[in-house]
Amino acid sequence: MPPETPSGTRRPDGGHPCRLSFDGRTIHARPGQTVGAALVAAGVVAWRATRAAGRPRGLFCGIGVCYDCLITVDGRPDQRACLVPAADGMRLETGLPGRAADARGR
Amino acid sequence: MRAAGDPVADVAVVGAGPAGLAAAAEAAAAGLTVVLVDAGERPGGQYWRHGPHDDGPPGGHGRRTFAALRAGLTRTRTRTLFGHQVWLVQRDADRFTLHLRPAHDTVGPGTRALTARSLILCPGASDRQLPVPGWDLPGVMAAGGVQALLKGSGTLAGRRAVVAGTGPFLLPVATGLAAAGAEIVMVCEANPLRGWLRDPGGALREPAKAVEGAGYAALLARHAIPYRTRTAVTEIRGEDRVRSVRIAPLGRDGRPRGGVRIEVDADLVALGWGFTPSLELPLMVGARTRVDTDGSLVAVVDDRQRAGVPGVYLAGEATGVGGAALAVREGRLSGLAAAADLGRAVDEGRVRRLQRAVRRGRRFATALHTACPVPPGWTDWLEASTIVCRCEEVTYHDLCHAARDLGARDPRTLKMLARPGMGMCQGRVCGFATAQVAAALTGRSPQAGDLLALARRPLAAPVALSEIAALDETAANEEN
Repeated sequence: MPPETPSGTRRPDGGHPCRLSFDGRTIHARPGQTVGAALVAAGVVAWRATRAAGRPRGLFCGIGVCYDCLITVDGRPDQRACLVPAADGMRLETGLPGRAADARGR
Repeated sequence: MRAAGDPVADVAVVGAGPAGLAAAAEAAAAGLTVVLVDAGERPGGQYWRHGPHDDGPPGGHGRRTFAALRAGLTRTRTRTLFGHQVWLVQRDADRFTLHLRPAHDTVGPGTRALTARSLILCPGASDRQLPVPGWDLPGVMAAGGVQALLKGSGTLAGRRAVVAGTGPFLLPVATGLAAAGAEIVMVCEANPLRGWLRDPGGALREPAKAVEGAGYAALLARHAIPYRTRTAVTEIRGEDRVRSVRIAPLGRDGRPRGGVRIEVDADLVALGWGFTPSLELPLMVGARTRVDTDGSLVAVVDDRQRAGVPGVYLAGEATGVGGAALAVREGRLSGLAAAADLGRAVDEGRVRRLQRAVRRGRRFATALHTACPVPPGWTDWLEASTIVCRCEEVTYHDLCHAARDLGARDPRTLKMLARPGMGMCQGRVCGFATAQVAAALTGRSPQAGDLLALARRPLAAPVALSEIAALDETAANEEN
């Protein structure tokens, strides 16, 4: 059986750079970069504020463990930017993930 | 949920890093049907991480082993499921049910389930962290995260970096950054590391490790990277991101020596204090734990990687941090053991050779753990306002208050009163430090129970309540 991949995954365009929007601004990603990597490469180091003190946060563990790098991707809140592969046309939005998580009843 | 007619595998291997790939390869070669699951997009785990357009990890140790193991997956028609995280393992009479969800929601909905007769858990580890003032500033990252950005995405996390903590892993992080064009201001190694590369009890019996170490020494020299031992980052400064780093020498007692410190400009700080094994799945299935020589909580296995729970095997960092070469040996051994326990013929001579190799690797790991302890006086660099739990923004002051004024004597009570480890990461980042702080505040050394209090997680990944509710439906459907 061939390797199974999640159905519906938008693969990074092989060999071609892709364009993403980040709170309305255009960000370029190289093939294979995660959303978090594309943001860091574009000079963005923080994309959310903590719930209590409103402190800026971006990548920390870089491997999906710490949940510091949460971002809204194509309207889906609380995605780990370090894990989501960048894809052409992707819409990234900062926001208050804590609020979104509360609304989902976690 | 599980598709109708989805076959019950002989063995489910969780984790496709060095241990999991080796386990899957051996189990499949012995004739078992194998399903291999990993949260990553492709095989390799953290150690053999590579980008989607790369042939494999960029050079380094074991690249050929990786290529052979990956080719084996195709040859043995091993069923693989990447991009999925196991969030719950249920055990019935003769099988395990693994509940999975996509690692990110951009792949569409979908909790799904897999069933298998036995289970090999190879969950790996993440960077162990010690809080330091300012470590929550953007631009401060786990050393492994900096490495992951480089290996997986080809992205430099910063231009002017300080790499700090302890252990040989700081070396590939620093040299990798330098080779990609970053300036390394300093590598701060907290321990003296006197001669660990020449240790006749350890390194000489692991020639590959000694060669690797010598290679890094040459790379440090080539990139003119300042490498300071008995030195630690004691404060990270900046408003909205890292601007500068304060560095202090450590005394023989592991405490910062007062008065002597320097401040350097940096836009990246990579921190790593060894590794914390990921134990949520081993604990979920009933594995016992112990405190290893590096102070981390690890799962207990017998000499065939069995967890003491019928049908459950563990391999890799979960059984004690020891690196990729040891993880491959443990993985192979666990695959052979699972096959033998399911009645397949295995080469017992090979089992014994692997057991010897595992013991040899474990001795080397112990020598490294002994050379690279967490500095006993590290809590001295905490300030009242230092964040300990990043998720819930719990400060050192909050912990001191709970311990001194509210009577919290152990991490479990500390967690209830001050909330460290109660946020999204569930103590994965702050658990070790919280256990250490709790022990320090009550004047004792951390025990397994202290670490366990922040390591137990009823679910191994955040899920929506609807996904938990759906478990009942699945059970009902399967009974029909």
